Amino acid sequence: MSGKHVAKNQPSSFAFTDENKKKIEEVLKKYPENKRKSAVMPLLYIAQRQNNNWIPLAAIQLISDMLGVTYIKVYEVATFYTMYNLAPVGKYFVQVCTTTPCMIRGSGKVVEVCKKHISEKQGHLNKELDSSWIEVECLGACVNAPMVQINDDYFEDLNAEKAEAIIKGFKEGKLPNIGSQSGRKGSEPIQNRTTLLKKNA
Amino acid sequence: MLKDTDRIFRNLYGDESFNLSNALNRGDWKDTKEIIAKGKEWIIDQVKKSELRGRGGAGFPTGMKWSFAPKEPTADRPHYLVINADESEPGTCKDRDILRYEPQKLIEGSLIAAYAVGAKTCYVYIRGEYVNEGKVLQQAIDEAYEKNLIGKNAAGSGWDFDMYIHFGAGAYICGEETALLESLEGNKGQPRLKPPFPALVGLYGCPTIVNNVETIAVVPTILRRGPEWFASFGRPKNRGTKIFCISGNVVNPCNVEEEMSIPLKELIETHAGGVIGGWGNLQAVIPGGSSMPLLPKKVCDNILMDFDALVEAKSGMGTAGIVVIDKSQDIVSCISRISRFYKHESCGQCTPCREGSGWLWRMMERINRGEAEIHEIDMLLEVTKQIEGHTICAFGEASAWPVQGLLRHFREQMEEKCSNLANRKIA
Repeated sequence: MSGKHVAKNQPSSFAFTDENKKKIEEVLKKYPENKRKSAVMPLLYIAQRQNNNWIPLAAIQLISDMLGVTYIKVYEVATFYTMYNLAPVGKYFVQVCTTTPCMIRGSGKVVEVCKKHISEKQGHLNKELDSSWIEVECLGACVNAPMVQINDDYFEDLNAEKAEAIIKGFKEGKLPNIGSQSGRKGSEPIQNRTTLLKKNA
Repeated sequence: MLKDTDRIFRNLYGDESFNLSNALNRGDWKDTKEIIAKGKEWIIDQVKKSELRGRGGAGFPTGMKWSFAPKEPTADRPHYLVINADESEPGTCKDRDILRYEPQKLIEGSLIAAYAVGAKTCYVYIRGEYVNEGKVLQQAIDEAYEKNLIGKNAAGSGWDFDMYIHFGAGAYICGEETALLESLEGNKGQPRLKPPFPALVGLYGCPTIVNNVETIAVVPTILRRGPEWFASFGRPKNRGTKIFCISGNVVNPCNVEEEMSIPLKELIETHAGGVIGGWGNLQAVIPGGSSMPLLPKKVCDNILMDFDALVEAKSGMGTAGIVVIDKSQDIVSCISRISRFYKHESCGQCTPCREGSGWLWRMMERINRGEAEIHEIDMLLEVTKQIEGHTICAFGEASAWPVQGLLRHFREQMEEKCSNLANRKIA
């Protein structure tokens, strides 16, 4: 796995909100009592959501204390998995899939749009400090390529114009409906559907 | 072509809601109690008779895998069922549709499978990016609990069954079953040595059966309609129906459930609207997700889509993620991008893979840019051989095979790039 950018400016402390403390209680019920370590990944997610989509080191320390797992073990998990952000990524975090199935459907053009409208370099906050973009590996929506993930949501069946409209849109606080941007619901052929034609067939 | 009435996933395209009442209308949870009442041996025997092979890539016979679980769990070593929903193989997006449109099939299948292997707890390991799919599955699980289909005395079967979701966080390697278990235990996703196999020593050191989403989701229908029905599709040892994902340079990229052993050409032309520019414009197809070696057009003309036919053609069925590449694409770039994927996703545990996957990518890029000399092509092959078979898990093969496929079928294109002296930097 590749190296990770850890923010230089770190808050001195971190605490979970009361709401998230309740969520954590629920998470811990999923695993056997003596296997609390299993909760490292879900707790990192809860911390990331609470803290504007990135995890400060103080949260890693807190999770380590809460679960009785050494700091390095939690840090190791936080750096191994690509979805944990250890530095700010902005309110709109755009992940462009560029693996082969998306590449041959034109993801390169989506990358160009991100360079033009967010920041020249990936992994850097834009001037307004509200968004950033990175290239990622296969997001598992290959028949709807090319596609991007913005925060939690997939936007699929893109081209340069559609990607541009989405990015310009979120600068004004608007995102389109999630999913395909070319009018299909899921993974059915966009035209000339051949299967599952009759309802309850 | 498979008839719609023989399709297991009738809501594959999300025409109806995923909710429980719609799922019941589609036939899910029908006679689950009676199926379970027939006993473990009966269930495993039926699955064996159906000749169902795992749908996650390796194609291991499912009934046989279930029979590896110890007969009775002991108090200190409960059994676990783990569903692998870490769908990350480039070209593959089938489990996503099951999670978001047919979650009750997965939940019902999980109950039946758990009963058959003596597990009372099931974890579904979903890739972290599938946030919305995970939310749908959670809602479906909640609905199933409400109606007492799972939980205590699940579906009136007398069996207690709990089901939990655990999200991954962007590591392809966690699709490897032992890496997945490590991840579930709160560790880095680095594969374990096998043996011992998870069926004996798995999650928390306990017997664990790990199955792919699609494998589990087809089980209830097989048991209801009978193994003979399922085995009536496809060739011997390659039975059943299968969701194919057709992506890349086709007119209508789509997922479609079809009969196993369907000719690749028929599959693409019938359901995906054909190759862009016609069949004659086809350059190559990756038939089973990025780790399976590509096939050139002349092989694609007649190949059948099943485990054995593809192995014969020195490729593999994998996940049935079909990536179609037409003549407008630079084939070396396509495979080089796959090498970059494997370089990025190597977990770093075994040296041949950690170092070798990076070498492969850098050498592929050199060749792609025309900076390499011709003898480096043989060196590239040599590097793939140094990785293949020298790692704990199959990731080594997964990174080596796409490059070997390219060398096997498109060496000329690589040599052409190398012989373009004008691009070469003078050392």
